[in-house]
Amino acid sequence: MHILENYILLEVIVSVRQSLLAILDQGPCYGYQLKSEFDRRTGSTWPLNVGQVYNTLERLERDGFVERTDADADDQKNYRITAAGHAEVATWLGSPVVRTAAARDELAIKLAVAVTLPGVDIINVIQVQRGATLRSLQELTRTKNATDDPETAEQLSWLLVVDSLIFQAEAEVRWLDHSETRLARAAASGVASAVPLNYEVPKRGRPAGTTRVAQAR
Amino acid sequence: MSDVLLQLDGVSQQYGRGETAVTALSGVDLTVHVGELVAIMGASGSGKSTLLTIAGGLTSPTSGEVIVEGKWLSTMSAKDVAILRRRSLGFVFQDFNLIPALTAVENVALPLELDGWKHRRARSAAMDALGTVELTDRASHFPDDLSGGQQQRVAIARAVVGTRRIILADEPTGALDSTTGELVLRMLRRRVDAGAGGILVTHDARHAAWADRIVFLRDGRIVDESSSRGVEALLTSTVRE
Ligand SMILES: Nc1ncnc2c1ncn2[C@@H]1O[C@H](COP(=O)(O)OP(=O)(O)OP(=O)(O)O)[C@@H](O)[C@H]1O
Ligand SMILES: [Mg+2]
Repeated sequence: MHILENYILLEVIVSVRQSLLAILDQGPCYGYQLKSEFDRRTGSTWPLNVGQVYNTLERLERDGFVERTDADADDQKNYRITAAGHAEVATWLGSPVVRTAAARDELAIKLAVAVTLPGVDIINVIQVQRGATLRSLQELTRTKNATDDPETAEQLSWLLVVDSLIFQAEAEVRWLDHSETRLARAAASGVASAVPLNYEVPKRGRPAGTTRVAQAR
Repeated sequence: MSDVLLQLDGVSQQYGRGETAVTALSGVDLTVHVGELVAIMGASGSGKSTLLTIAGGLTSPTSGEVIVEGKWLSTMSAKDVAILRRRSLGFVFQDFNLIPALTAVENVALPLELDGWKHRRARSAAMDALGTVELTDRASHFPDDLSGGQQQRVAIARAVVGTRRIILADEPTGALDSTTGELVLRMLRRRVDAGAGGILVTHDARHAAWADRIVFLRDGRIVDESSSRGVEALLTSTVRE
C-alpha cells in the first residue's frame, strides 16, 4: 500500500477536518482512536499523525463543532460532536468538493514556462512526463489487479482511492497528448517561438545593476 | 530465444508512391515474449493499426521482417501464412467481429474447424477457451443475445483458442463502458499471464496500463517506451540501436 505514498501530493486538510467530524458523528472518540478510524477508512493512503488530529480537534472545538467530555483516568481527551457539528457534516456530504490549485498545476506551470524558453525541447519535456505518469499508472493498475474483488469495507474504500488516482493519472496523460498536438500545430504556424526577456518593464525596487548583468549574458 | 512469440525487425510500411506516398511505419523494432502484453499508443494516424496488421501477417511490410513463433513470414507462401495465422494468432477488434448466425461456442470453435479439427475436439477446446473468460454458461447464446462486454470476451476466447498464443487487439475496449472495458482487460491480462502474449492498441492510458510495456508511436516511429520491468527492459530496448 505504501507504493501509493510516492505520488500522493494532495491537499487533504479540509477533507481531513470534515472526515474526522463525520467519524465523530458516529459516537465519541479519543484522538488516537480517531486517527486509526480515519486511516482504516482511507486505506492508510494519507496517514495522519496524532498531533495533527489533536490540532484539528482543538480548532473544531473552537468553532463549536465538537466538545470535550470528561477526561478519563489516563487523562485521555475524549471528544463528542455538537448539534452544530452534526449539521456541518450534513452540509459537507451534501455539497461538492471544489478543487483548489493542486499538484497538477505544478506541471501546467512547468509547461507554460518551458514553452517560452529558447532551446527547450518541449516535446521531450512532455514525453518524459508522460513516461513517468504511465509508469505510475501501470503500478497502480497492478496494485488494483492484485485485489480482484474487495472482501471488506476497508478494501472497498481503498479501491475507491486507487481508482481515483488511476483516473487522475489518465487525465494527465490525456492532457499531455492534447498539449503535444497543440504544440505541433503551433510550431507549424510559427506561434511557438521563445519569448525573449522584456527590458521595457519598470524595474521598481531592483538594484540598478540587474538589467546590465542580464544584457551582458 | 525460445520465449519470443513475435518479433518485428526494422519494419517499414509505405502506402502509395512518389509525391503522395505515406510512410505509415519506419524502422519499427518490437519483440513480444511469452507472458508479455505490449500496449501501443499514439495519435490517430501514427501507424498503430498498420503495425498490428503487419504483425498479424495480414499485410506484408515494404521492408523489414516479421517473425512469428520463430517463422519468418517473408520466406513463406501466402497459403502458409494463412495457416500460421489461423494456428498462432488471434485478432480482437473494436467491433467484436463475431458471426451472428453462430453461437458463442461455434464462433470460438470456427478457426479450429477451418483448420481441420474434428467437431467434437474443436468444441471442447472452444469450451475451455470460453472458460478462461468466464462465459461457459453463455456458450449456446447467439452474439445478439450477449452484451457488448460478453461479445468481446467471446472474441478474446476465439483469439486464444486451441494453439493460438498471440493476441493482437485493436481498440478492443473502444465500444465498451469503463467498467466493462476493465473487465475485458482483466481477462486479456489473465490469459497472457497464463502463457500467451500480445499487442494491445489503445488510445486510453488507463487501459494501456494493464500492459507490461507501453510503446509510443509518432509518425510511424517508436519514440518512447515505458516499461514496468525497469532496467531489464531498458537494456533490451537499447540493444536494438
Ligand atoms: N490502405 C492504406 N492506404 C493508404 N494509406 C493508408 C492505408 N492504411 C493506412 N494508411 C495511412 O497510414 C497512416 C497510419 O494509419 P493507421 O491506420 O495505422 O493509424 P492509427 O494509428 O491506427 O490511427 P487511429 O488511431 O486513427 O486508428 C495514416 O496516415 C493512414 O492514412
Ligand atoms: Mg487504428
